[in-house]
Amino acid sequence: MSMVASAATRAAPAGKRRGYDGVAVTVPVTIPYVRYSTRSAHWWLGRALAELIRGAGIAKGEVDGVCVSSFTLGPDTAVGLMQHLGMSPRWLDHIPMGGASGVVALRRAARAVQAGDAEVIACIAGDTNHVDSFRNTVSQFSRFAQDAVYPYGAGGPNASFALLTDYYMKHYGASREDFGKLCVAQRDNALKNPHALMKKPLTLQQYLDARPITDPIHLFDCVMPCAGAEGYLVMSEERARALKLPYARVRSTIERHNAFPEDPIQFRGGWAMDKDALFDHAGVAPADVDFLETYDDYPVINAMQFEDLGFCAKGEVAGFIRANEFTIDGSFPFNTSGGQLSVGQAGAAGGYLGFVQALRQLTGSAGRTQVKDAKIGVVSGFGMINYDRGLCSGAAILERGATQGEAA
Amino acid sequence: MTEPLVKPKKKNPVLRTRLATLPPVPRSRSALGLTRAAAEGVFEMQVCADCGTVQYPPREVCGSCLSEHVAWKPVDNRGELIATTTLRHSNDLYFRERLPWRVGTVKMAAGPSVVAHVHEDCAEGGTVRLTLKLDRSGQAVLHALPEKDTPNMNDAPQLRESTCDPKFRRVLVTDGKSATGMAVARAMLEAGANAVFLGDASTWKTVPAFDKLVASDPRLQVVELDVTDTDSVDRLAASIGGKVEILVNTADYLRDGGILNRKDVNLARDAMEVNVLGLMRLAQAFGPGMCFRAADGSNNAVAWVNILSIHAHAALPARGAWSASKAAALSLSQTLRAELRGAGVRVMNVFPGPVDEEWEQLTPPPKIAPSGLAKAIVKGLQDGVEDVYVGDIAEELRTRLRENHKAVERELGQ
Amino acid sequence: MSNPVLTQFMAELLSGRVKLVDLTQTLTPEFPIIQLPPEFGQAWPFRIEEISRYDERGPAWYWNNFSMSEHTGTHFDAPIHWISGKDQPDNAVDSIPVENFIASACVIDVSAECAENPDFLLTVEYVKAWEQKHGRIPERAWVLMRTDWSKRAMPREYLNMAEDGAHSPGPDAEVVPWLIQERNVHGFGTESVGTDAGQAHHLNPPYPCHYFMHGNNRYGLQCLTNLDLLPPQGAVIFAAPLKIRNGSGSPLRVLALTPTV
Ligand SMILES: [Zn+2]
Repeated sequence: MSMVASAATRAAPAGKRRGYDGVAVTVPVTIPYVRYSTRSAHWWLGRALAELIRGAGIAKGEVDGVCVSSFTLGPDTAVGLMQHLGMSPRWLDHIPMGGASGVVALRRAARAVQAGDAEVIACIAGDTNHVDSFRNTVSQFSRFAQDAVYPYGAGGPNASFALLTDYYMKHYGASREDFGKLCVAQRDNALKNPHALMKKPLTLQQYLDARPITDPIHLFDCVMPCAGAEGYLVMSEERARALKLPYARVRSTIERHNAFPEDPIQFRGGWAMDKDALFDHAGVAPADVDFLETYDDYPVINAMQFEDLGFCAKGEVAGFIRANEFTIDGSFPFNTSGGQLSVGQAGAAGGYLGFVQALRQLTGSAGRTQVKDAKIGVVSGFGMINYDRGLCSGAAILERGATQGEAA
Repeated sequence: MTEPLVKPKKKNPVLRTRLATLPPVPRSRSALGLTRAAAEGVFEMQVCADCGTVQYPPREVCGSCLSEHVAWKPVDNRGELIATTTLRHSNDLYFRERLPWRVGTVKMAAGPSVVAHVHEDCAEGGTVRLTLKLDRSGQAVLHALPEKDTPNMNDAPQLRESTCDPKFRRVLVTDGKSATGMAVARAMLEAGANAVFLGDASTWKTVPAFDKLVASDPRLQVVELDVTDTDSVDRLAASIGGKVEILVNTADYLRDGGILNRKDVNLARDAMEVNVLGLMRLAQAFGPGMCFRAADGSNNAVAWVNILSIHAHAALPARGAWSASKAAALSLSQTLRAELRGAGVRVMNVFPGPVDEEWEQLTPPPKIAPSGLAKAIVKGLQDGVEDVYVGDIAEELRTRLRENHKAVERELGQ
Repeated sequence: MSNPVLTQFMAELLSGRVKLVDLTQTLTPEFPIIQLPPEFGQAWPFRIEEISRYDERGPAWYWNNFSMSEHTGTHFDAPIHWISGKDQPDNAVDSIPVENFIASACVIDVSAECAENPDFLLTVEYVKAWEQKHGRIPERAWVLMRTDWSKRAMPREYLNMAEDGAHSPGPDAEVVPWLIQERNVHGFGTESVGTDAGQAHHLNPPYPCHYFMHGNNRYGLQCLTNLDLLPPQGAVIFAAPLKIRNGSGSPLRVLALTPTV
């Protein structure tokens, strides 16, 4: 197998990048998920926006920027949604990056706030889930998917991830038990999260005994599609303090698209190109991180994020998993909401789930899922399996700004 | 090793016949380049004229250097099977009915990685041959096949879905008494057909070779069929329409004559009656039944074969009326293809050069032996292609038509 | 003003003392037609296509299109059909005087001989012997040759093809001119696919019935049936072809009026 290192394996040093000074990320909002919804995406996104406004204690007109992510909003885009919701923002973005949307929305919104293009930006993601939504979304996901993947069994993401999981397990030494340990830990976490759709404990044996869906992917390796919405606000720290809102600060972010196109199959994500830039810019090291929220559409992607974000070396993920505990009170608190695997995957909101949970952790509002003394958290996103691989990756290092008690 | 296909049992007449479903149809226009290659039975991908990159999935421009000069060219079809999975769940009705289904990722020697259907005899990590086939929807898909042929390879259910193998199927040869018809019948029997119905439009005529053939194999059954007679076609369809899984339209009316050297249009009409309206009558009578049985077990109705001529593409003025009838039949076959595609029944057109039979007596060699034509038809069905060009003359004219169709027109008219 | 003969005729017909016999074969696509060597032009068989049948193509009506040659099914041969008759006056179906479409008929039963010998040829001697028994053939009468060929299995035994061509009965080369010159017959009719025998191309002249009958402006009828229901003498034939401009012949309904005994 050829694994020629690309010239761009590592990104150029990010010395000239500006920081995110003065930016506050605040008001984590979740519209409770349901397995199936008869509502449309507009309802879910509208509910998220309303909750953000209510949570911030501001008037609707004070939100002058909106950033939207949704798969099921069609035929509307963010533009049509604004008329639908009666909004007249001076700044609007639509981010079709699935699981990377939460991080990427932050990057866009933070810069807009810093530049003064908008003062209060509502970042919202939501999708409905009709009984046939998932099939429709999958069959029309992209041109390459339509041309070169869907006709091959129409397995959807399960099939694509099965292939790269198969490859990854054979070449990088992760076993089903390793993946199972992560899933079991996430379920433990989810049992403390009232929003999680999965309410029953999961044992490793149950994980291992589950029925195969698309070898080597079994039932508990798959997320459950559902309806839901997530949101947060981006504004200046000054504004957040004036509104007495607990908030988090942004230490660093990265994003990357179509990384490593020459890899014959995906065994790493774009983080591997940008992780040094991420941590250097933030001035922290992986060891300083108190918790990690990854995009977990499948356990294999969690394993890749451990490696590619630098929590362990490539090929050493099995040892890393075996050496750590991933529950909220474990040695490596991970996907503390339960992640999509245990909360549910509400379409594009799945790309916000980890981000919103990280905000809760850093503002001290995570309730029973709270990681004690959480000060630095990493959120990573991964989205848009286009042909045979996920194309968008992103990550953010957030730090505690003002917690609930401090802000009040 | 692939389990050999077992001869299908007699149908349980009180069970509902499974209706045809199709694998996903939509493709971008670029991706239809694969469909063209698959229909012709060649393995081609986009190759950048400027930087030589072989790319997949098909794109509008070169994904490497952004050149717009990407052309479809034959490329090395070998690759390494680097990952596989077996689907036990699918979002699509067609695949749901056919689970489990094996797919995999092949790293091609030519460069790109492709997702392909994977033959059960392919080992992960091993070398595979990629082939482009038309699936039941009539669109191209990649199949990864073992590096070398394995026993009963074509019997693998997945591959059988993309092919029209005569094995264990029942075939109607519409004119079984012609040299070509008899040869096709023989070839179908050799290929393992369960039954061959031999159409006979002239039961009053004794043809010793035909009688000898019919006596040679109990799988042969003579049926009265005159494609110029709507009633005859309808009666036969009412009798055996539910059994025909492959229809090979061998009926032909070949006579010399152009336009000005004839005083009438009778010959042309007779040719149209057989070659064009005959095809249409057959289609109207047998098409619906074949569509109904297009997903009926391992011996489902799969293919409609028209024996046209290379002169369907370029008239031979010495046989102007006949050439016109073949061109009309080609056109009709395209409509038929569109109409049968909804059920997944394939229309395969065969374009032979001159065939060595009585009406080609004065045609100089090379001529295709009827047995050679029949063999090409069977191979086309086994490969699952849409267009089959048979013989050196057909191949040469096909190439030359692409190069300069006016030159072909001038020279055929000399 | 009524004519007592016609009045009487209708009375006889209605009472059943005069009977109508249909001598016509049903037109079907599979009814055999004469087979010429394949390099020659061929007569079209009967073909029929539905136009509508109380359906979306025509909600309240049923009808068909059909096609065939002038010499398909039970049909009439006009003198212009043959090269020997091409210059005769009034020699096409549209110009033949309509009076000629009604004529009496003599039915010569050779069915027993034909059962023995499919190549049976009717001879002058045979006809003379028949006249001994049934009386002299009257002027301008159809001579119909009853062979029972119409009872044969279609199409194989009816066409009765062998490697050397068709084998079916007909008149020999002497009896035809004799019938014309000595008996002044109206025409000749058969049950088989032609008025001439299947092997008549070997006679001299070839196809003598066509050659002489049409060369003398006489007519032909072929593919007849039910000749076994007619008396040797005394039947009257209605045989009016379609009025096709310059037509060489035509399919038609042939009706016989025959006395009941
Ligand atoms: Zn290029």
